Amino acid sequence: MSALAAPRVAEEPLHRRLGLTDDELVAIEARLGRRPNDLELAMFSVMWSEHCSYKSSKPLLRTLPTAGEGVVAGPGENAGVISIGDGLAVAFKIESHNHPSAVEPYQGAATGVGGILRDIFTMGARPVAVLDALRFGDPADPRTRHLVDGVVRGVGGYGNCVGVPTVGGELVFDPSYAGNPLVNVMAIGLLEERLLTLAAAPGPGNLVVLFGSTTGRDGIGGASVLASATFGADEPSKRPTVQVGDPFAEKLLIEASLELIERGLVEGLQDLGAGGITCATSETADRAGTGILVDLDAIPRREPRMAPFELMISESQERMLAAVVPERWPEVRDVCLRWGLPVAVVGRVTADGDVTIVEGGLDPVGRPNPAAVELARIPAKALTSDAIVHARLASPPARHRPAPAPGAAVEGSGGLPERGMDPGAVLLALIGGANLSSRQWVHEQYDSHVQANTVERPGRGAAVIRIKGTTKALVASTDGNQAVGLVDPWLGAALSVAEATRNVSITGARPLGVTNCLNYGDPTRPEAFWQLQEGVRGLGDACRALGLPVTGGNVSLYNESPAGAIAPTPVIGVVGLLDDAATRVGPAFLAAGDRVLLVGSSTPGLLGSAYAELAGVAPEDGPPALDLAREAALQVFIRTAIGRGLVASAQDVSGGGLAVALAEGCIWAAEGRGLGAVLRLPVKGAPAVELFGEAPSRLVVTCRPAACAALLELARQHGLPAEDLGAIGGDRLVIELVGQGATGASEERGSGVADAVDVPVADLANAWEHGLARALGEDGPDRSPGDDGRAGNPPEIR
Amino acid sequence: MVRIGVVVFPGSNRDIDAVNALRVAGAEPVVLWHESADLGGVDGIVLPGGFAFGDYLRAGVIARFSPVMRSVAGYAAEGGLVLGICNGFQVLTEAGLLPGALLRNRSLRFVSRQVAIAPQRLDSPFTRALESRRPLRMPVAHGEGCYFAEPAALDDLEAGGGVLFRYVRSDGSTAGEDDRANPNGSLRAIAGVTNAAGNVAGLMPHPETAVEAILGSEDGLGIIRSLVDSAAERAAAGRRSAVGSAR
Repeated sequence: MSALAAPRVAEEPLHRRLGLTDDELVAIEARLGRRPNDLELAMFSVMWSEHCSYKSSKPLLRTLPTAGEGVVAGPGENAGVISIGDGLAVAFKIESHNHPSAVEPYQGAATGVGGILRDIFTMGARPVAVLDALRFGDPADPRTRHLVDGVVRGVGGYGNCVGVPTVGGELVFDPSYAGNPLVNVMAIGLLEERLLTLAAAPGPGNLVVLFGSTTGRDGIGGASVLASATFGADEPSKRPTVQVGDPFAEKLLIEASLELIERGLVEGLQDLGAGGITCATSETADRAGTGILVDLDAIPRREPRMAPFELMISESQERMLAAVVPERWPEVRDVCLRWGLPVAVVGRVTADGDVTIVEGGLDPVGRPNPAAVELARIPAKALTSDAIVHARLASPPARHRPAPAPGAAVEGSGGLPERGMDPGAVLLALIGGANLSSRQWVHEQYDSHVQANTVERPGRGAAVIRIKGTTKALVASTDGNQAVGLVDPWLGAALSVAEATRNVSITGARPLGVTNCLNYGDPTRPEAFWQLQEGVRGLGDACRALGLPVTGGNVSLYNESPAGAIAPTPVIGVVGLLDDAATRVGPAFLAAGDRVLLVGSSTPGLLGSAYAELAGVAPEDGPPALDLAREAALQVFIRTAIGRGLVASAQDVSGGGLAVALAEGCIWAAEGRGLGAVLRLPVKGAPAVELFGEAPSRLVVTCRPAACAALLELARQHGLPAEDLGAIGGDRLVIELVGQGATGASEERGSGVADAVDVPVADLANAWEHGLARALGEDGPDRSPGDDGRAGNPPEIR
Repeated sequence: MVRIGVVVFPGSNRDIDAVNALRVAGAEPVVLWHESADLGGVDGIVLPGGFAFGDYLRAGVIARFSPVMRSVAGYAAEGGLVLGICNGFQVLTEAGLLPGALLRNRSLRFVSRQVAIAPQRLDSPFTRALESRRPLRMPVAHGEGCYFAEPAALDDLEAGGGVLFRYVRSDGSTAGEDDRANPNGSLRAIAGVTNAAGNVAGLMPHPETAVEAILGSEDGLGIIRSLVDSAAERAAAGRRSAVGSAR
């Protein structure tokens, strides 16, 4: 349990047991001008935790571009908000719940969903979509399977019940997450701009109202003990720090909060997350330049005899804090009670700038009763905007290799065992592998269509959500590249931004802004802090190059376990806008006879690719280079081409390279019935680089034959190489390799090995559909084969 | 314009989908709050999907005690049209307005997927606008959708024309109890049933989420339209008899 409750056997001083350093205690005393008492120390310990204070990352985050067209609210608010016309705005943010999920996967993931949803509706937006970006260790490991099952059930159990569709995300397996899985959840909401509500407590004399669930002993020290420290061997002892979610209460909280905002009954609204009442009161007071007086006796609680520090730092879920004009209180109370939510006036907004905690009640005008006892008094800004900031040491690890300059030749790139490589067999192995196969097993446990807005269901690229009453649609994607990030964290982050925005652009949508979840290691280790520093630099460079604002996000540090630190993992969330949902382009091949174009050219470097993982990367190899200017041009090109109606389908070349991108277009064609293609691929270098290399800034674009010339010309105008590879047709994917590289490679590999990929689409589809369930050992008797009503599947005779 | 009530329990979440579908079908949706016994003179009622009262204890078991449900039972007894979708279907079986029970999916997992269902009769107030028995594509999203009843009760149900929809494979053949086309393992692939009088029906799939091409299927619209047409007819008949008795 928490240090305050723990028996004082270990004679560590209290501040250390609460996770504060000696320097931090000195800084606290400087701000107070005296020694803090135990309750005040507990309040500082949560607010000065990495999780709440960003004390290590703040200086880095200040370097990110935050201005952009239509930005209504940026970093510092609960979520970023961007105007989309028609008086509407979109609110979105991504957040991590990594450590709670490692300790208790179901509740950790469930409360992760609940927390990010509250960040959205706190601002007056109705949540319309959730995306979950998940990362685990080896899928064959029973511990991983336990975590995957619990996390997926947790995300579904919460999202399905609150009635917000889970429309996308990622599921990635990498050994570095074995002891420390990543559970990042992104939420998107829609609001009328006029209803935008900020998390501030203005107006001295206003009532401070707490509504939603009652306050209990769950999640004590979640922010300080759990989220802001490295895992040791004592994970089970951290279980009491995990919060417990109640999605039914959250659903009521959504409806009540949106009704309060719609009717203009609140002056400010803040959800209670990490740091509980301490965080909500100090942040809202600091933002408004006011203070808050809290009466502990007035807090509705679910357990008797709770200590003051427990009430102040409890992270009980599904609670909201509102600033209310006294005259409005009866209406506010009625709304909450009609939704069956406990509600109470727990304090007053004051003018003194302090967060003051008393026991013994307030009089009718909000002054403490004569008998009341003052337990704590801390300047609000000392807990928040004036919290300590650490200048951490950064130094690159010895094995770091910088990314090659764009276009520069890379020594030994593609230096992989080509001998005996049958490209068709490699393709089947890749597309049936744990990371590139269908995520259906996950998505079928999530309600992806509640609210009747889901245009593109999860599993085939970016999610598409129509906006009722308009022709518009929101397009969203999350992406994160940890494999390259391990070698070059700058490149890993920049690639993640490039891929997430590319996935939005290829639907025809214009990316609006970027949210990010930065998952890194212990910032007190110079190597880990260097990775964070480089990651933030890559994020900023890529966003500036693409002209996109960073509207908010979350930093998750200390992602380490006895097994080691995770690969640096910046998970990037992007939201885009389609002016006319009907013009949306998908990744599936449409019709036989359509031409298949490759736009953009491959660059050497297989490190970090799925192929390298399969074949074993040559030690001297490096990752492919990223040219941000070309990436920007590529995205403008595809949006323009789609706008002119030239494009039948578009898919970006990413995991598994060109061969996998082509295979996906084939598998997904004709509502899953599949379509083949007969293609000729010019090979300059090694076949592995051309077929399976993951060089960025490339697209597979298909079109009617009549549009082909115009597309090639448009690509030329944007300075992009483009080639007509062949046509869609038949029931096999055939990729013939032609040119110097191919011939040389075939001789080198000796006889009996075909240069061409030639695989039946049915085989590709089969490998892709069952790969994940197989990897997780979930393709057991309870999921026997048989069709899902999809046209064209062979009927099962029983 | 025909007015169809959509009951909202705390935890209902597909009420907005039902409202949207009724508008698409040309009806006027009327929201009915669970605490009120007043049905506002509607011409038909939809119990929407969601997690009424969090589905705590068991899906639908708490919702059935809501004041509004007493009125719904009385309305149904008088021949009023009531359609329960997903959680609404669960509430109707818990309330004893429809036969059978909905157990946890055989996979013991929540299932969200496109399925195909075939109407078993076209003369019901809930299927009359369907032109044929061809399979209809629409999503399911539930954790407790496995239709169960004793074998004898199932025989009676089938004999009495109580089976309204079955899960089918793409060729239209009825799905087995443990193949993928039957998403929850329902006995005899039953996806929807109606009561003996034929005026109360429930189904697990979501026709209200498959009423626009942009959502991937319009196949659900025929079911919603059937309800709206039947409700309009009944309202007109009601007015006639009212006029008659006034003479």
